[in-house]
Amino acid sequence: MAFRNYILVCGGTACESSRADQIYQNLLEECKAQGVADEVQVVKTGCFGFCEQGPIVKILPEDSFYVKVKPEDAKELISEHVIKGREVTRLLYDKESSRKHAKVEDIKFYQKQFRIVLRNCGFIDPENIDEYIAREGYQALEKALFEMTSEDIIEELKTAGLRGRGGAGFPTWMKWNFSRQVANDTKYVVCNADEGDPGAYMDRSTLEGDPHSVLEAMTICGKTIGAHRGFIYIRAEYPLAIHRLEIAMKQAREYGLLGENILGSGFDFDIEIRLGAGAFVCGEETALLQSIEGKRGMPQPRPPFPAVKGLWGKPTVINNVETWANIPVIITKGGNWFNKIGTSDSKGTKVFALTGKIRNSGLVEVPMGTTLREIIYDIGGGIAHDKKFKAVQTGGPSGGVITDESLDTPIDFGSLIRIGSMMGSGGMIVMDEDDCIVDVAKFYLNFSVDESCGKCAPCRIGGRSLCNILEKITVGNGTLKDLDTLEAIGEAMKKGSLCALGQTTPNPVLSSIKHFKDEYLAHIVDKSCPSGTCKKLITYSINAEKCIGCTACARKCPVAAISGERKQVHIIDQSICIKCGVCMETCKFGAVEIH
Amino acid sequence: MAKMTLEELRKLRDQKQGEMQKRDIEGKDSRIVIGMGTCGIAAGAKPVLDAFLAALEEKHIDNVSVTQTGCMGLCYVEPTIEVIVPGMPDVIYGKVDAATARKIVEQHIIGKQLVTDHMFDRPAADIIKKDGGK
Repeated sequence: MAFRNYILVCGGTACESSRADQIYQNLLEECKAQGVADEVQVVKTGCFGFCEQGPIVKILPEDSFYVKVKPEDAKELISEHVIKGREVTRLLYDKESSRKHAKVEDIKFYQKQFRIVLRNCGFIDPENIDEYIAREGYQALEKALFEMTSEDIIEELKTAGLRGRGGAGFPTWMKWNFSRQVANDTKYVVCNADEGDPGAYMDRSTLEGDPHSVLEAMTICGKTIGAHRGFIYIRAEYPLAIHRLEIAMKQAREYGLLGENILGSGFDFDIEIRLGAGAFVCGEETALLQSIEGKRGMPQPRPPFPAVKGLWGKPTVINNVETWANIPVIITKGGNWFNKIGTSDSKGTKVFALTGKIRNSGLVEVPMGTTLREIIYDIGGGIAHDKKFKAVQTGGPSGGVITDESLDTPIDFGSLIRIGSMMGSGGMIVMDEDDCIVDVAKFYLNFSVDESCGKCAPCRIGGRSLCNILEKITVGNGTLKDLDTLEAIGEAMKKGSLCALGQTTPNPVLSSIKHFKDEYLAHIVDKSCPSGTCKKLITYSINAEKCIGCTACARKCPVAAISGERKQVHIIDQSICIKCGVCMETCKFGAVEIH
Repeated sequence: MAKMTLEELRKLRDQKQGEMQKRDIEGKDSRIVIGMGTCGIAAGAKPVLDAFLAALEEKHIDNVSVTQTGCMGLCYVEPTIEVIVPGMPDVIYGKVDAATARKIVEQHIIGKQLVTDHMFDRPAADIIKKDGGK
């Protein structure tokens, strides 16, 4: 069946929440109403990555990239673009230039990206196994089952140089090889889809957009190490990803790509989904395995590593979603192909969820070795509202802040650690001049403290103490000695905590003290918050020269702290003021100032 | 569908690959652009479009994308289509019907010879944009 147009509608969570599903339904109805239902294929795909501009609709073969589409636009897209061949200019990403520039390859956001993990996201219908198969899907499984030995597969991964994408960067081939070498009748394969960093959604998008890539990879691993059961541990708050995984597993079973005697090879492998309740610590592999076993999710001392003694004491390979998604490509195209991408330390690509004060937030996949500056300024389009860049936090609550001077560092596992942060799973939160660094550190710390499982003392007590000290600083009661205490507790936590959660909890504090000591000192010595975030440390006052006595602020003030006659200078009573900032927003003359 | 064997999987992939390639614009170096302005549609551009798609599929040609555009300005010979093939001059054909479409695919796209009896000049210079109105 030949179609004259293909309409790809983004079906990622971000676009779905902006009514992408309604757009999809409306497009289908309009196709029928306007008599082109047989000539046009409407496909709901995974995330395009360009979430800032969502919902996204792409129409092929013209390759028109429509952004911020609304359900009511469906009629016009069909009647104008499909029937008359005229692009709907007002919805194109780049409205100013001629239609050529609306094409995907011309959008700066996509120019520096290189998609391996997200190869099918935004292109195939994730709920249709045929489309995955058409894009070389399950070809790697064929090779693994019929042409390669376990040793060959491990050798291929070794050549590729793939390192785990969950954060630690452990060589994947080694994990697989450890499990393979242990003699045991029962072994397990686990997919860690417990993505928990604030602002990170790489794994969710991969599972939503291309679930089969993970299923295929896990099956290949099963054959390599001699396992017959796999588990996908995913948080219950990812309903769309779970739904698509379930569809994918059902279709794979029907096709005989999962289950008994896969493709007639005699090899059995099946996968089950285990839902997590959303505890951050369950992203830690030993805690995750405990949770699958039905126990409370608490980390266990390593060694023994799960590869040797994991789920129910059996050898278990546990990899992160993004790691899995790389594997079919490596097997199909070969380790040598993969090895050429990236840096000497880190091969391949990395997916980042770019969020915060950035112009183009979204999901980006870049070759390792791309600099942070390229990601933030070229792909991300720079800081929103033309504010000044302050710092970027990578690695979520476990990472650290990176300042302007380190932006030209090529991203790989080693270099990020050298500049005081870490790769993490790929969250990247950009801060601008309006963000208070002490407040940001407090935010991450509060997160980690809430998520601490409480098993070991350094994490449970240390985290709480750090939090209390930061709170003290942000309300203006900090002392210089507090800075030393923060560092001392932080260092102790790094050394003494049982798992990576506790070991990395102090990172946001330690790295922000290192890079922004002045800002801490301003809070402690001058009792002021330079960015005006910490409420207790700021005062609003009215500039007598600018105030014209319009009474607007006095009328808006919720606690009647502002007094003054008409056409007279107004005054804020500091003893009543609750520092809500309404007066500043209200004043049209810029007379309200913050100190 | 029942469980597949290796051969069946390969067959399915080959078959679906062709379908998916139509969606892929990479690797397509030739284009057939069909004038789908009101005049073109009224003159029968839609069946022509379908005829091109059918002919390309039948001949297993996968390096040609079929796109639509607005009125080309040759309303007196609608439906009009433009064929862009590397190494050959860009040509606008007029008075194209389904049979002509088939002929264009066989003769121009496959045979690399112009279909002279349906050739018309490119649009007058004063209505062409700098980029050729593409």
